[in-house]
Amino acid sequence: MNSAQIEIQLIASLVAIACTIPGTFLVLRKMAMISDAISHSILPGIVVGFFITQDLNSPVLILLAALTGIITVVLVEYIQKTGLVKEDTAIGLVFPALFSIGVIMIAKNANDVHLDVDAVLLGELAFAPFDRLLISGVDVGPKSLWIIGSILAITITLLIAFFKELKVSTFDAGLAASLGFSPAVIHYGLMSVSSVTTVGAFDAVGAILVVALMIAPAATAYLLTTNLKKMLALAITFGVFSAISGYWFAHWLDASIAGSITTMLGLLFLMVYLFAPSKGVIAVLYREKQQRTEVSLLTFLLHLKNHKEKEERHVNHLNEHINWQKVRSKTVLELALKNNMISIENSVVSLTEKGNDFTSQAIDYIITNEDTQIEHMKDDFFLFRG
Amino acid sequence: MDLQEYFSLVFSDYTLRTITLGTAVLGAVTGMLGSFAVLRKQSLLGDAISHAALPGIAIAFLITGAKDSNTLLLGALISGLIGTFWIRGIITKTHLKPDTALGLILSLFFGFGMLLLTFIQKQPNANQAGLDKYLFGQAATLVESDVWLMAIITGICLMVLLLFWKEFKILLFDADYTKTLGFNTKFIDILITTFIVLAIVLGLQTVGVVLMSAMLLAPAAAARQWTNSLSTMVFLAALFGAFSGVFGTAISASQNNLSTGPVIVLVAGVFVVFSFIFSPSRGLLFKQIRFIKNRRDLELHKTLAFMYDIAETHENISHPHAIKILNNFQGFTKGTLQKLVKKDYVKLNGNMWSLTEEGFKTAANLYNQQSNE
Repeated sequence: MNSAQIEIQLIASLVAIACTIPGTFLVLRKMAMISDAISHSILPGIVVGFFITQDLNSPVLILLAALTGIITVVLVEYIQKTGLVKEDTAIGLVFPALFSIGVIMIAKNANDVHLDVDAVLLGELAFAPFDRLLISGVDVGPKSLWIIGSILAITITLLIAFFKELKVSTFDAGLAASLGFSPAVIHYGLMSVSSVTTVGAFDAVGAILVVALMIAPAATAYLLTTNLKKMLALAITFGVFSAISGYWFAHWLDASIAGSITTMLGLLFLMVYLFAPSKGVIAVLYREKQQRTEVSLLTFLLHLKNHKEKEERHVNHLNEHINWQKVRSKTVLELALKNNMISIENSVVSLTEKGNDFTSQAIDYIITNEDTQIEHMKDDFFLFRG
Repeated sequence: MDLQEYFSLVFSDYTLRTITLGTAVLGAVTGMLGSFAVLRKQSLLGDAISHAALPGIAIAFLITGAKDSNTLLLGALISGLIGTFWIRGIITKTHLKPDTALGLILSLFFGFGMLLLTFIQKQPNANQAGLDKYLFGQAATLVESDVWLMAIITGICLMVLLLFWKEFKILLFDADYTKTLGFNTKFIDILITTFIVLAIVLGLQTVGVVLMSAMLLAPAAAARQWTNSLSTMVFLAALFGAFSGVFGTAISASQNNLSTGPVIVLVAGVFVVFSFIFSPSRGLLFKQIRFIKNRRDLELHKTLAFMYDIAETHENISHPHAIKILNNFQGFTKGTLQKLVKKDYVKLNGNMWSLTEEGFKTAANLYNQQSNE
């Protein structure tokens, strides 16, 4: 590894952390698409900023572009407030319009602007180490490292200072407002941090990766935990892991680093989406299947309890009577037998004492709908956990 | 070339005619299907699908090695559909919210697509150039066969719309009721979603991945302001879409360095802003006018009621009073007083006013009438 490679990985990791922190809150506050809107609509801000400063890395440009991000949010909220269209339509209308203005501004001034729309969308991390920051002639490292580093420092300071407020307002906006935290200040504060981060990161990694880094690690972590601090820590870990592994993947393929980091994030999400212990798709499908069987079991036991006649309790008759397929009745019978709830004599099924008790409790629960009565059954049955 | 020249050339020049026709047909079909997306509250789905289509284009190119736009669009369609159904999977199977699912699929697919595109660019294959036109679209690359494809798909889409009109409509407004009626809601749902994906994919070549969602939304959002009827809305949206396409092409052709996609989106945006402001029933302008008018009416009523209260204490209801005493009361303005005079409720005599017989009666019945209504 040479120093340029280390610097690229360092920048990518810092961008990942800086994006993940506001991203986690955006995901929790159901505002993930706002980050997409901001990342597109900062384009006109960047172009105007570039006309004024002639320097893509100047802080003025970052502030101007971040302002465009805030304007997007305000515009979306204004349109939504008129009640003419829904919020998602408002988002979908505002950012393409602003983005179009940006594209046209670049196209009309193609000769004066050394800006490329592709570069805005994708960024070029590979070139980041070549743009050095010189302080009185001394090389102190790549400019983007300093920019993203300072943004990250501000973000972390704000996060630590306002963690409690953010947490309360994210999970219970009403409580936060009644405790005296202004929802508007927290909302626009978060929006400002997201805008500044987006602008600061876009130069290095491009608009799309910013969105991916904001949403994907947070969403992946959200599938694994319901604790905010753990979620933040997990999301940051995922972000940094994808940043570094993505870099080496791109190195091997000789392709875009931003695209490769996104792909890594995607693979990570896919893995967690499928295999997460309790919220992954496989776990959910398994639980749903178990719940279906248990509903059948309960129906079956109720049927047994209601009928004392032998012919109603014959194994074959059950098949025909409750209208189940063979496999299903067999699974249900086996489950009931395994739990000692029924006994079978000469193909006639009868409830055991345990089964009888269980059925009575279940009926009680269904009638009263009180959770305390089934507390002890939750360990054995998925059905009562949900 | 200025606009006039454009319109004289549009019927004779092959390229201009093809592009104009193409963008018009595209605008019509996206507007039509966009109405459904907007009403189903799936506005941002378009954005996610168009981004999700990118890896499909790249993979189709990697497999076939050819730049035939039909195969590329087929790839885009498949990858767009995968994205759409994955979004649904995330929403139904996990506790992640719809906006997170959309943002996830959008950015992850797009990033993967860009990875593939940059990978293709490094391949020693002279044929690869031009794939990035799908990013921002290039209407200039439209050829007659593309327009035919668009027209055929628009035709199919129109037929399906007419055939399943009742089902689409009822699913849109009352999904539970549709299910109880025995319609296969899943099938109808998949059908309409597939056509929305198809419309988006068709537009990629012209408007591009990034701006395609606006093509879907803007005409529909504009049309929504003018009507409460679904059929009128679909028709209007198609019309707005087609006009955005034509005007956008005209403006971008008449200037140098203007890509068509962004201009079409901005023209559609102008339609939206115009509709938001000037629509008679929902528009902001008329809403504001109605608001002011209502407030004036209320002030007028307040003044009249106040006068009535004063007049009531006198034997003669037309006993004159000084205008000055009305000043204590906020609702009084010169305008409302003049209006009352015009309606013959009040007579003015110098600095004095007096209620007329009619004014007294109206004031007495002012609140009775309203409560009777």
